[in-house]
Amino acid sequence: MDDVRLETFIGNLLRAGVLLAAFVVLSGGILYLLQHHAATLSYGHFTLESTALRSLAGIVHLALHGNSLGIMQFGLVLLIATPVARVALAVAGFYLEHDRLYVVISLIVLAVLLYSLIDGH
Amino acid sequence: MTAITFTLLVGSISALAGFLGALTGLGGGVVIVPVLTLALGVDIKYAIGASLVSVIATSSGAAAAYVKEGYSNIRIGMLLEIATTIGAVIGAYLAGFTSTHIIAIIFGLVLVQSAYQSLFSSNGIADNLVNSDKLARWLRLGSDFPLRGTRQEYGVQNVPTGFGLMFGAGALSGLLGIGSGAVKVIAMDRAMKIPFKVSTTTSNFMIGVTAAASAGVYLSRGYIDPRVAMPVMLGVLAGAFLGTKVLVHAPVRLLRIVFGLVIAVLAIEMIINGITGRV
Repeated sequence: MDDVRLETFIGNLLRAGVLLAAFVVLSGGILYLLQHHAATLSYGHFTLESTALRSLAGIVHLALHGNSLGIMQFGLVLLIATPVARVALAVAGFYLEHDRLYVVISLIVLAVLLYSLIDGH
Repeated sequence: MTAITFTLLVGSISALAGFLGALTGLGGGVVIVPVLTLALGVDIKYAIGASLVSVIATSSGAAAAYVKEGYSNIRIGMLLEIATTIGAVIGAYLAGFTSTHIIAIIFGLVLVQSAYQSLFSSNGIADNLVNSDKLARWLRLGSDFPLRGTRQEYGVQNVPTGFGLMFGAGALSGLLGIGSGAVKVIAMDRAMKIPFKVSTTTSNFMIGVTAAASAGVYLSRGYIDPRVAMPVMLGVLAGAFLGTKVLVHAPVRLLRIVFGLVIAVLAIEMIINGITGRV
């Protein structure tokens, strides 16, 4: 039953990750609405003004300076990271089960995910 | 429209989509993009970025519950995720080069299939249990699932076909920002002869990983805007949570018909707007 224990642990961790991400997004969202509630935007043609919101370093920088868009985006990055953490934990789990074939398989998935997140241009 | 009006409107629509998605088992992702683009005039690429985020939230949030039921198969999921993630990255790149009209039309066609599934599909098809073929045995994909109080063993076949279909599911997910759970279930249930319940729960487990692969590309292209994604993510999560709470008492049959009709209307609107160039 090792697989089941591993999956249960991963499942609970994912849920905690989603709740944390939702909390960060909600905090940023409240701050954003307090500051910009009356702002009007053209949602049909708007572009992301700040290119900093496109890169991890830029998002962290904005979030640490209390920028509401940066905080929301940081929460969204946390959310995107939960499935990545899930695959990384599966690598560790398969390694502990001495399942070499599935260590390799999950490492391939992890590599594709990291490629898309780090070099998505 | 002011920021507060937009946020509350998108949040409410997303909550309703998440609620209906959880009750009908179809996921809320399919209706978010057409409603945002058709009713609120949001640029389709930003709508897709926001939808991807909500797909990750519902998939990751529900994972623990699915594991507890004892159906999902982590080995099948992980192997097929190689195909779905590579497909998702390619789909997300393609989205950057594809005109929004074409994306709208493809989206409409996928909605037609979803509407059909919601209106006419019957769950609980009898499983055709098989023995694993040579490749599936080497990959140790077979397992067992709970059936009438005991554990029923099952085998897996046609891994290459399933792998190919999963690549397509991933590409569709990256192009349109949906979970493409339906294609995933067809690949596992029909092609690989995996029991239905195992297919659906394993598919849910895979959806978040697939969406994360394309979300990375959307983020670095600037298509994930927190002003749109924030109300979508929080709304869908709240709606899905409520949906799972009332699931036992819900008239699921009726809801599937209503949801199916809504999706059918959205499908027609998407295709017409795509052809006339208004999306």
